[in-house]
Amino acid sequence: MDSALTLHRLHFAFTITFHYIFPQLTMGLALLIVILKTMALRSGNQHYNDAARFWARIFAINFALGVVTGIPMEFQFGTNWSRFSKAAGGVIGQTLALEGVYSFFLESSFLGLFLYGEKRLSPKAHWAAVFLVFLGSWLSGFFIIATDAWMQHPVGYTIAPDGSIQLSSFWALLTNPWVGWQYLHNMIGSVVTASVVMASTGAFYLLQHKHAGFGRTFLRQGVIAGAIASILMIFPTGDGQGKNIAHYQPATLAAMEGLFQTEQGAPIAILGQPDVPNRRLDNPLLVPRALSFLTYQRWEAEVKGLNEFPEKDWPDNIGLLYFSYHIMVGLGTIFIAVLTFAAWLLGRGRLYESRPLLWTLMFLFPFPYIATTFGWMTAELGRQPWLIHGLMRTSEGASATVSAGNTLFTLLGFLGLYAILGILFLFLVWREVEHGPGEAQSH
Amino acid sequence: METLWFMLVALMLAIYVVLDGFDLGAGALHLFLGRDEEGRKQILGSILPFWDGNEVWLLAAGGTLYFAFPALYASSFSGFYLPLMIVLWLFILRGISIEFRNHIDSPLWKQVWDTVFAGSSGLLLVFFGAALGNVVRGVPLDTAGEFFLPLWTDFTPNGPTGILDYYTIAVGVHALCALLLHGALWLGYRTRNPRAIPLAARLWWVVAALTALTTVLTFAIQPQVAHNLESKPWGFVFPAIAIGSLLAIRYWLGKPERLRPFLASAGYLLGMLTSAAFGIYPYVLPSNENLANGLTIQNTAASGYGLTVGLAWWIPGMMLATGYFVFLYRRFAKAA
Repeated sequence: MDSALTLHRLHFAFTITFHYIFPQLTMGLALLIVILKTMALRSGNQHYNDAARFWARIFAINFALGVVTGIPMEFQFGTNWSRFSKAAGGVIGQTLALEGVYSFFLESSFLGLFLYGEKRLSPKAHWAAVFLVFLGSWLSGFFIIATDAWMQHPVGYTIAPDGSIQLSSFWALLTNPWVGWQYLHNMIGSVVTASVVMASTGAFYLLQHKHAGFGRTFLRQGVIAGAIASILMIFPTGDGQGKNIAHYQPATLAAMEGLFQTEQGAPIAILGQPDVPNRRLDNPLLVPRALSFLTYQRWEAEVKGLNEFPEKDWPDNIGLLYFSYHIMVGLGTIFIAVLTFAAWLLGRGRLYESRPLLWTLMFLFPFPYIATTFGWMTAELGRQPWLIHGLMRTSEGASATVSAGNTLFTLLGFLGLYAILGILFLFLVWREVEHGPGEAQSH
Repeated sequence: METLWFMLVALMLAIYVVLDGFDLGAGALHLFLGRDEEGRKQILGSILPFWDGNEVWLLAAGGTLYFAFPALYASSFSGFYLPLMIVLWLFILRGISIEFRNHIDSPLWKQVWDTVFAGSSGLLLVFFGAALGNVVRGVPLDTAGEFFLPLWTDFTPNGPTGILDYYTIAVGVHALCALLLHGALWLGYRTRNPRAIPLAARLWWVVAALTALTTVLTFAIQPQVAHNLESKPWGFVFPAIAIGSLLAIRYWLGKPERLRPFLASAGYLLGMLTSAAFGIYPYVLPSNENLANGLTIQNTAASGYGLTVGLAWWIPGMMLATGYFVFLYRRFAKAA
């Protein structure tokens, strides 16, 4: 593989993975804060306002990092992927500009009122500011998913004589059949992350016997929202997304499942390691016929294996794709088990005293981040070797004029800078959690 | 249609410079103007609710540029790879320093972030000016409309150029001083800082001198500017706005009212930027070697359909955004 291309890919992969640590919390957390503010408004109980204020401080740190690490993403389309941008900017520039015009202005304007304006606004107006920040961030998610969906499944375009890809239907771009499930899957994933973080914080306070009142509120809201969201992740959103992949990217589905040979009544591999050169799965633990049934609702349906497709159209890192997908699904299953059990105990009034489960919940917080990251790796590694599926290969999209040395220089720069950001982030969030809800700190 | 989008993108960038300009300028000055924690807090407080929203204008302008002129976005962003990456790092440092400084109540912690904030703000201004200088001077485009510039070569604008030469550095310093002035005037208007207005009065002379210098250099380096003024004399209105506003700053600095000089400074920036845009039109990125390779609005624009449909969502979207800004600035009107 060409080393400049590898570096461009690593550059984007690293910066976007780090970036998405932050929005995946803030988008879900925005919804949870709206719920807290609604409860405060309806009950008149200041407790919920105090709880919302605590999460607003966590939100602010995450949001700031999401903004500063998000700007490089928009830039990199031009700096590192200029041939892609030149060809397809007329299409994906639309959704990216829509994000700027419709959601960034909304978010940034009302974020100030949300974070600094509570004393200047009536409770209802402050609720509205929080709601608009939530709306802006979820709109932002939509435009980004619409952009990615177009790269996964291009629609509404024509190819001009000079080879550039021109938009021919704005409506088709926004109603791409790929958008719906991917958007819901992604946003609900963000709710899982925020819920687990909230429940984990609640468990931490209860186990520490500090801020117990808030601990119970966080635990209750986190567990209920998390249980609902984690179930919705598998059905219907994950299921819908999987059917899209089966329909539009059959080679990707085969690689995700480690299915090398076409089979009628294809199994699902729970465990196993793909041996790509020999085209087989080592040490498989299979659920017979499950893949056929889940994909086509028929136990004997035929699922195409990788052998049906020319090797040049195979995803170029089948091993990583296979494991990413399996880690995502495995963790998702664990979330359902833990959170629905916790919700059941909550319903029976025993959750707050159940120490083993509190310990489990407390240590659960990193795992939604891991699941989300591997979910996105599944989506993007699955798109390979295409940059725009079926239209443009990844190898054709990188900037021709930017040399490997320059890319390596900036990749190392980002690694260093983001290492510092990561340490600062953990330090500041830890301080907020330790300090806990109640009186605000210096600002 | 291409010309309309050229004007809209130029307008968005100009609004960006006027808005983010004051918080960048004030940010670069706050170490100097705010001698103690109280003074610094006052300065930062005057920009804290706004800086993020102001920066969004750059993102929205970038997005608009991307879909309206994809070939320009692709060529310029990859060609200016190194300076843009440095700009990104500066943005990151600046964003975290203003957000993080108040998290820990320790003079050392605050000193670190204040220094990072002032340094990154000032450097960003120099880079923005240098970027504008590069666009006006032109870059060595090949027949595919691509180029790559090192950060510097021999610091002259002739022959194999780099990002930084004496012309682009002059424009960079000009931008720095003009926006320091802009920032000082903002602080004069929004805070009770006693040093802001006297500093602005001194900076004014520097800005006036640099305006003269960069104007002379620009005419020498980019012949398109004189050509456009000759063929479309109505274009003199743009430099006239700039010069008129510059004089108005001076005049209003002598009066007790503090909003007017700030607005005049906004007029000066708009005048200078529209002059530059008018000067290089129809080029959006001229070539400094083979004129025929220059990127124009025609050879970089997206399809007619994309531009038309873009207008349909852009206009209501920007009206909404303007509404938020008016609302926000009113809400925080009594902040200082």
